[in-house]
Amino acid sequence: MSTEYEKVIGLEVHAELSTKTKIFCSCSNEFGADPNTNVCPICMAMPGTLPVLNEKVVEYAVKAGLATNCEISRNSKNDRKNYFYPDTPKAYQISQFDKPLCEHGYIEIEDDEGNPKKIGITRIHIEEDAGKLNHNEFGAGSLVDLNRAGVPLIEIVSEPDLRSSGEVDRYLKKLKSILEYIEVSDCKMQEGSLRADVNVSVRKMGAKEFGTRTETKNMNSFRAITREIDYEAERQIEVLEAGGKIEQETLRWDDISGKTFSMRDKEDAQDYRYFPEPDLVAIRLSDEYIENIKKNLPEMPESRRERYKSEFKLSEKDARMLTSSKYLSNMFEAAEAICKNPKAVANWLLSDVSRILNEKELEPDSIPFTAGELARLVELIDKGTISSAIGKKVVEELFENPKDPEEIIKEKGWIQISDEGAIKEVVQKVLANNPQSIADYKAGKDRALGFLVGQAMKETKGKANPQMLNKMFLEELKN
Amino acid sequence: MNITNLTVHELMDKLANKELTSEEITKAYVERINEKEKDVNAFVTTLCDEALEKAKEIDAKREKGEATSKLAGIPVGIKDNICTKGIKTTCSSRMLEDFISPYNATVTEKLLSEDLIDLGKLNMDEFAMGASTEYSYFKKTHNPWNLNTVPGGSSGGSAAAVAAEMVPWALGSDTGGSIRQPAAFCGVVGLKPTYGLVSRYGLVAFASSLDQIGPITKDVEDAAILLNILAGHDEKDSTSMEMPKKDYTQALKGEVKGLKIGIPKEYFGEGINEEVKERLQEAIETYKKLGAEVEEFSLDIAKYALATYYIIACAEASSNLGRFDGIRYGHRAEHYSDLKELYRNSRSEGFGPEVKRRIILGTYVLSSGYYDAYYKKAQQVRTLVKNEFDKAFAKYDVLLTPTSPTVAFEIGTRSNNPLEMYLADICTVSVNIAGLPGISIPCGVDSKGMPVGMQLIGNKFEEEKILNAAYAFEQEYKFRSKYQPSFEK
Repeated sequence: MSTEYEKVIGLEVHAELSTKTKIFCSCSNEFGADPNTNVCPICMAMPGTLPVLNEKVVEYAVKAGLATNCEISRNSKNDRKNYFYPDTPKAYQISQFDKPLCEHGYIEIEDDEGNPKKIGITRIHIEEDAGKLNHNEFGAGSLVDLNRAGVPLIEIVSEPDLRSSGEVDRYLKKLKSILEYIEVSDCKMQEGSLRADVNVSVRKMGAKEFGTRTETKNMNSFRAITREIDYEAERQIEVLEAGGKIEQETLRWDDISGKTFSMRDKEDAQDYRYFPEPDLVAIRLSDEYIENIKKNLPEMPESRRERYKSEFKLSEKDARMLTSSKYLSNMFEAAEAICKNPKAVANWLLSDVSRILNEKELEPDSIPFTAGELARLVELIDKGTISSAIGKKVVEELFENPKDPEEIIKEKGWIQISDEGAIKEVVQKVLANNPQSIADYKAGKDRALGFLVGQAMKETKGKANPQMLNKMFLEELKN
Repeated sequence: MNITNLTVHELMDKLANKELTSEEITKAYVERINEKEKDVNAFVTTLCDEALEKAKEIDAKREKGEATSKLAGIPVGIKDNICTKGIKTTCSSRMLEDFISPYNATVTEKLLSEDLIDLGKLNMDEFAMGASTEYSYFKKTHNPWNLNTVPGGSSGGSAAAVAAEMVPWALGSDTGGSIRQPAAFCGVVGLKPTYGLVSRYGLVAFASSLDQIGPITKDVEDAAILLNILAGHDEKDSTSMEMPKKDYTQALKGEVKGLKIGIPKEYFGEGINEEVKERLQEAIETYKKLGAEVEEFSLDIAKYALATYYIIACAEASSNLGRFDGIRYGHRAEHYSDLKELYRNSRSEGFGPEVKRRIILGTYVLSSGYYDAYYKKAQQVRTLVKNEFDKAFAKYDVLLTPTSPTVAFEIGTRSNNPLEMYLADICTVSVNIAGLPGISIPCGVDSKGMPVGMQLIGNKFEEEKILNAAYAFEQEYKFRSKYQPSFEK
């Protein structure tokens, strides 16, 4: 990126709400059902049917608004957004146009220098999701699956306050974590329950005016979003540098080639003919209703983070990482409550567990074992039943075949060797095989002790009690 | 006994005291359909065999004392834009020529739970857009009072079937006058309830903020009985109001002494046929004689009502009719090469000219750059219309106007002149715009023997007042014993 330019980025994030039923009918809002099984005359737009607003959707959206410091509108309404497409059975989407439920909020993130920065939330509104088209799966033509039609969404529109793909990444992670904390969305990217339209423009450093922006729709991976932003900004700079002009247009991101492509020709510019939805009445919320939701909001990541630092003496970094996922954070608290060793629990979660999640490309909520099992592992180490080295193997095993760690170590024969005779035998064997190390140690090279202990651990496949090994080597070397 | 000439409340009595069975009643209607339908063409679908079958079942039920409703076994006709599970609901459109609804409208459920017998689905202007029923894709319905004239519309099939005694009563729907105007043309009673009194769930939407389902009947008492069944909050329709259940027949006292009737003079001016005016003047005199206090006043805003109505109705229609896209149900063109063409060809073939005209109008008034000048302005005028009516009802109990500026016109004389056709709604649309209840009852005939309709307008949810005022006039005037349809050309 040329240092003369800066990026200006705004996001429209769509989050599917995890209500039991759809937004305007009583169909199940569960993901993954067989095509066209979670449908009824209403979400299939049979003639004569009418929408009835699911009150939970309003409640969830208000929660999201309060958690992102928005003002909640006391008087809001639904509007129709008209367009023809086979995934939109009514030929209009019921959304909100000029009176969204929530407005004027912000989310705090860190900028690229690590300083706190507020990203403005323009608005949050409720709307229905469209169905899904399955192209070419069964030969020519497309098949329409309306299970997703009428799934409740909130659209969270940010101000164009973001200045780098790093900021965007932190903003999205923060937003995702907020939505998880208040339990309004699963935020499962793979299932498309969190998607973003990304608006990118560039301008000369210090310029006051925004440049012309492009919009890339329906991005559902954080990595793709940051790549897209960097690519698209670079592309725009090249166009500008060559004396060209940026067209305001809708783009499609191709993840394989890592490029954006123009999606619609401008002649097709959509006129959505928004107008107030006459089948629904205005949404009027009392102060009492909003206060009540506010009172019942769960503890947010910031306050948990502070609590972890003061109560458990965790580092800022560890506290931040643990609280970035509500699931991880909940697991930490539950395990800590059992084994009373917060540092050890945090270490296991942030090192080995997180590493394995990364390798397997899993979200924390797919951890297959329980907080109780994790606590048990920590206790076994604390009691000296197993070593930390064995602990690592137990964690691997917990991912493959989760059960009580005590059973795992019994089955696998991983119980630590703390028998003095057995340890002495190993120590003597290692010393006999490594005369050079003995000489080194005696010549004052302390490192040689570490090597010998390591050899002994290798010999016992990590099962020997390391403290006992240490002690015994020292005794033997004195003689 | 001429069974088909009886009103529903008379049939109820005869069923109760076992003078008649449901089978006898249904048979009489089936025979009447066989005799008159070829001249009138009121039905899109007749259900004669099914109805006779059902009548026998209900008689057996009654015999065993299991019939809970006093209306059990009485036939009914349903306008073809009200969904009936397992039976075609066509909206008189090629688009839905073979469409069978997978569910019942709330009002259909209510009729069935009273054990009423569905005799068939009644013809209408396509998607309820029209004032003559000539815009039906399937057939033109003829007015039983003169077969060369239209029955009015859009509920022309319902009104003609009741007038021709092919059904004892029927359901219609009214967006700008579609119950009241055909009732006036056919010399029967038509009631458009207050917006929100009757559930719209299962009524194929034309203009959501204006549509209401209501009864078309032989007399006012029948209208009150049918309204008793239809009215009530429905959790499937957010715009239906939570109201305490009423018995509208209790309102029929026939006493109008001291009733304050307002006569908006704008409804008696230019464009209103002289003979229509004369019958209305006579009706006003009748009310005076009965002790009502009648006063003329100005409802100035009324002159904007028609333009406002066509903007709002067409805007909503253009959106409501988007779902007829040839994808999931309804007509799909045989030939198309891509998605756009599938839409274009299916809709071009499936919709008739009046529907297309209104979709185009509605799309235009909602499009960016025109929204403020048309749709938004119309909504503002709508508020003014409501305010004017509020003021009027601060002074008057009911308002009295003609239902239509003319009597039934001849078939083919207006169908190619949309503006003139739109003028047929001029007396009725403001009632829909303001969401008020309105009833049309016959108040005489013109020199050619064609019925003239009188409209009584009430304040919101004050159906009792207009029903009672209509009932008082009906008892005094006795239209049904003076005049009968001729079935002549």
